[in-house]
Amino acid sequence: MSGDHAGAAGPVAARVRRLEELLEQRGLVDPRELDQALAAFLASASPANGGRLVARAWLDPEFRARLLADANAALHEAGLSTGPRQPEQRLKVVENTASQHNVIVCTLCSCYPIGLLGPSPTWYKSEAYRSAVVRDPRGVLSDFGFDLDPAVQISVWDASAESRYMVLPRRPPGTDHATEDQLAARVTRNGLIGVAPV
Amino acid sequence: MTEPYRPGDRVQTASVDTPHHTRLPRYARGATGTVVELHGEYPLPDLKARCLPAEPEPVYTVAFTARDLFGEGDHAVTVDLWHSYLRQITPEEGQ
Repeated sequence: MSGDHAGAAGPVAARVRRLEELLEQRGLVDPRELDQALAAFLASASPANGGRLVARAWLDPEFRARLLADANAALHEAGLSTGPRQPEQRLKVVENTASQHNVIVCTLCSCYPIGLLGPSPTWYKSEAYRSAVVRDPRGVLSDFGFDLDPAVQISVWDASAESRYMVLPRRPPGTDHATEDQLAARVTRNGLIGVAPV
Repeated sequence: MTEPYRPGDRVQTASVDTPHHTRLPRYARGATGTVVELHGEYPLPDLKARCLPAEPEPVYTVAFTARDLFGEGDHAVTVDLWHSYLRQITPEEGQ
C-alpha cells in the first residue's frame, strides 16, 4: 500500500475548513494569525525563487556547476530554501541539455520543492499524471503541447524518498542580452517540473 | 547495517507486495537497475509508519530503463529507494 493522497482532496479540504471553524469558535486560534502565517508561507513558496536560481545558473557557469553538484549549498548562497519543512530536504537539480530532457514526478504522493516551485498544481498530484509520466513521458509532454525532438533522451525522476527535484531548463534562444531579472521572469513552474520548455 | 552500495552497482528491488505502508513504488518492484548516487541515511518508512524502531539506512537514486520496468519505451526512470528494498546482483546474474 502506498496511500492515495490525491483522490481525497475534496473531503480533506472540507475537513480542514471545519477544523479551522472549530478552532476559531473556541478561541484557540486567531483568524488574523492564520492569514498572516499563510501569507508568510506563500511568500516563501514561489516559482519566482526557482526562476532566480535558473537565471543565475544560465549567466554564471560556476554557480551552475555548484547548483548541479550540491543544490542545497547553492540555494543557501542565493538566500533560498526548499520549503518550510525543517530540517531542510535534500535538493537535486537536473539539467536539460540538447540531448537530455528531465521530468519530475512523485508517483507515491506529491513530493515537490514547494519553496522553489510554489504550491504544486492539481495535475501534479493527479493519479493520471503520476501513473502516465513514468510509463510514457513523451506522450505526457505532448499532452502539455510540448513536442520534444525524438532524438532527445528523457529521464523521469520519481521523488519517492527524501530528496526533492528541480529541473534546470535550457536557456531560450534569443536571450543573449537579457538581464538576470528578465531571464528569471521567463522561467515557469511547468518549466521547472519539465513539462514545458522555457 | 551492511556496507552501502556504490554508484554503478547493479541492484534488484524486492518483489513482495507488502500489506503495510511502503515507499517502493509498485511499478518498480522486482526490477533490476543501477545505483546512481547515495542521498544520505533515513529511517525506513515501512517501519516508521508502523511506529516500529527504524535506524537510518542508506537511500539511493536507482536508474531503470523503461524497457526493464514496462517492457517498452526508450526513456529512463530514476527512483529513490531505501537500502532494505534492494539486493545487489552479481555480474553472473546480470547476464
